[in-house]
Amino acid sequence: MQERVDIQAKKSGVNAIGLTKSDYRGSPSTLCQGCGHNSIASQIIAACYELDIHPEEIVKFSGIGCSSKSTTYFLNRSFGFNGLHGRMPSLATGALFADYTLKGIGVSGDGDTASIGMGQFKHILRRNMKLVYIVENNGVYGLTKGQFSATADQGLELKSHGVNPYMPVDIAWEALVGHATFVARSFAGDPKQVKELIKAALSHNGVAVLDIISPCVTFNNVDHATQSYAWGKDHEAALHELSFVPRAEEILIEYDEEEAKEVQLHDGSTILLRKLGRDYDPTDRQAAIRVLEEANSCQCLITGLIYIDTDQPSMVDIYNLTDKPLNRLTERELRPPRGTLEELNHLF
Amino acid sequence: MLTKFQEQNLTGEKKRIVNDFSLTIATVNGSGSQTSNATILRSIFKMGIPVSGKNILPSNIQGLPTWYTIRVNKEGFVARQEEADILIEMNPATFADDLAKLKSGGVFFYADHIRQPIERDDIFVYPMPVREIVRQVDVPTYLRDYIANMVYVGIVASILGIELDKIHQSLEFHFKGKAKAIAINDEVVKRAAEWAKENLVKQDPFYLEPIDVTKGWILTDGNTAAALGAIYGGVQFVSWYPITPATSLAENLQTYLPKLRKDPDTGKNTFAVVQAEDELSAIGMAIGAGWGGLRAMTSTSGPGLSLMTEYIGLAYYAEVPVVVWDVQRVGPSTGLPTRTAQGDLTFVAFMSHGDIENIILLPGNINECFEFAWQAFDIAEQIQTPVIILSDMDFGMNQWMGKPFEYPNSPMQRGKVLWEEDLEKLDGKWARYLDVDGDGIPYRTVIGNRHPRAAYYTRGTGHDEYAGYSEEPQNWHDLLNRLKKKFEVAKKLLPKPIIETMDSSAIGIISFGSTEPAVQETRQILAKEGLHSDFMRIRAYPFIGVEREFIQNHPINYVVEMNRDGQLHQLLRMEYPELAGKIRSFAYTDGLPLTARQLVDFIHQNEEQ
Repeated sequence: MQERVDIQAKKSGVNAIGLTKSDYRGSPSTLCQGCGHNSIASQIIAACYELDIHPEEIVKFSGIGCSSKSTTYFLNRSFGFNGLHGRMPSLATGALFADYTLKGIGVSGDGDTASIGMGQFKHILRRNMKLVYIVENNGVYGLTKGQFSATADQGLELKSHGVNPYMPVDIAWEALVGHATFVARSFAGDPKQVKELIKAALSHNGVAVLDIISPCVTFNNVDHATQSYAWGKDHEAALHELSFVPRAEEILIEYDEEEAKEVQLHDGSTILLRKLGRDYDPTDRQAAIRVLEEANSCQCLITGLIYIDTDQPSMVDIYNLTDKPLNRLTERELRPPRGTLEELNHLF
Repeated sequence: MLTKFQEQNLTGEKKRIVNDFSLTIATVNGSGSQTSNATILRSIFKMGIPVSGKNILPSNIQGLPTWYTIRVNKEGFVARQEEADILIEMNPATFADDLAKLKSGGVFFYADHIRQPIERDDIFVYPMPVREIVRQVDVPTYLRDYIANMVYVGIVASILGIELDKIHQSLEFHFKGKAKAIAINDEVVKRAAEWAKENLVKQDPFYLEPIDVTKGWILTDGNTAAALGAIYGGVQFVSWYPITPATSLAENLQTYLPKLRKDPDTGKNTFAVVQAEDELSAIGMAIGAGWGGLRAMTSTSGPGLSLMTEYIGLAYYAEVPVVVWDVQRVGPSTGLPTRTAQGDLTFVAFMSHGDIENIILLPGNINECFEFAWQAFDIAEQIQTPVIILSDMDFGMNQWMGKPFEYPNSPMQRGKVLWEEDLEKLDGKWARYLDVDGDGIPYRTVIGNRHPRAAYYTRGTGHDEYAGYSEEPQNWHDLLNRLKKKFEVAKKLLPKPIIETMDSSAIGIISFGSTEPAVQETRQILAKEGLHSDFMRIRAYPFIGVEREFIQNHPINYVVEMNRDGQLHQLLRMEYPELAGKIRSFAYTDGLPLTARQLVDFIHQNEEQ
């Protein structure tokens, strides 16, 4: 009966934990009108609201850049730390050791992750720290007014910087070869998919990389750029239709079981991947590599969950930490008894 | 084969020098000599005689020359000396040079397979048949090179008078009770000692005799002391990246934390140690953890600290507690990784861009390495700012005597942290950067606090008292000045200078860190000549005010430090410009620990003028 109440509650604008959507909102955006980042912020709000997560259970992290400013535009009731350029991953790693019952959302950009942050990006992947790592990817430096970033297309021409002569960094590819346990790509212009992927990422016990093409309407929205709205709309090819089913909720989504692949996440929830004409299995690493290569050669934007591995332990799992969060331990638990020091003194 | 000098000494009246000499052991890096050298050192210490042991090692894993110097002094003066009285030569590459530098009247032990001329006739010479003795011991061939160094332990023990049971105890310490390793080494030592007894005639004047000066004391290095101090300070999160000479600090944490900090009921850890991918990440993690409410630290040396500067600036400005150990090596740049210096003082004081000032603790012995390690967390959390502790290579990696470590004498001070029940009482009314108490220190909450008003947003950009983004000129001005105000409170928490006086002193000596043994020996030498001195050892920055009185009380104060520019001298002149005429810099750096002679010579020259 509980679920009926919940469903009714939702209709009245309150989720299962009694919060309204405005309990999840942030401060007004100071980004440009139409910026893809704003749309992503809205989907983070929607995902958390629909998942009935207390805002106090989320911690927000970011680096430097337009994308990194956006963590103030959602979840005002969540703690947030806006760190240094490219060094959000280390900040998040240390902080989440303080209380591992919390869920981390890190928001970065292509400038933040694919240049100075490449090292920390790669290392948070191999450690599998439990963090939703969103890269709002627009191929351009916005805050410093329109220089090429490392993900900009080769040959792309921008007004004040001419033609980009270099090969781009592919975030999803880097994540995959870097042993990320959750790799997804989406497009800010596809809010439904962005939201479902965020929901799945929030339930993943490990690092979840979301490379979201998020057009910069001011500095990189020339129609032929892969990070533009027009290109994204024309070239997007979804791997599957995606629905996320939280553990506590009865099935609300219609799907054809024969066509669907169900992936169970650590907290018991499942993600359903509806195959679109092709037999795509996101737990198959080789298939993931192939699909990204194909997308690269056919110049299309493959979106959806590209790869997931639910068997790897997260970084925190490896450390065998007390059940009580470390930051709630008291002096009695943290300072060894006097006798132990006397024994040590005898040793030396 | 006695030299003329030895023959004269055999016939003449024998001079005895007891418990007072310097001994240098010249070996090849990576040959396993560390254990032998440490065994000699600890055995002498266990005889109750004050010692220190210093490694003059190359930045190399295997093959380059290494010297290990042991200073033995019954009165407790154990600073480095420039010249050795006794030399144990195991390295053909440095044989001739080391021999030439040996003091007249000195003692020369050498491995007799090194066939090089010994043309000095003013020293005592003892050949050591290292290979022959090793051959007599039943050990696998691959171990022979390692145990070869135990031969000199046995021969030197026999000639100088190190008690074999003390050697056994030292081997037990080094091999952590591993019976087989202890037995093999014991046997080599015994055979070598027996050989010496049968084949060598004692001619030199140096003797070791048991006394009880070091009874109840401990012998260890500063990095071990620091790690243990941090553990008793309740450290919860350590992120680090390997760098000489700081590496063993983190490694000691990895060794001792699992022994001391598991929940007794569940066996679960109350700590985490993460080896980061670099120092940029190590400091980022530590600051993240400090922000999350953990007692967080990292340890590094100069080059690593340079990488950490930007995040330190964020922690200062966003008011995040974190503890950073800088085990100083010689800089600038990569410098001399395995040599010691005190060259990071002014850098750390103002580390990071913009208006910034950092709290620095300056331990002067291994007991303070322990004590400051736990106190640093109390200070960092109370002031909500980074605390940097400056140790150095000499402390970090060399063996120092000390009193037994003292259990913290005060409860942990966690600073102004609000939890759910506190916010409940306040009806949710609080602001992260509001100076409620008038001491400049605001209240903070940490992640995991479920109160709906607990959260705030932390940033390195301009912010107001409510942690909201702000470019308001007044906000910026006020916040920066409030940060300054916090340091006035900090001064009350910082360790005060140690001051030691003599009757009617004519001069003052000011120093910090690992130079104290050389300074104390200098004071004794000068006192014997009739020049009395008072001594102030600075233990923290910012200065707390009492330094002024000390400086004023002396017509001249020598500021002693191991760097080129006299950095403590610079800071003192900045703080007390009116006293600039009363302080004179003695700054010297060559990578080696300071000696009393260097300082005595300098003061002599100045006092003559």
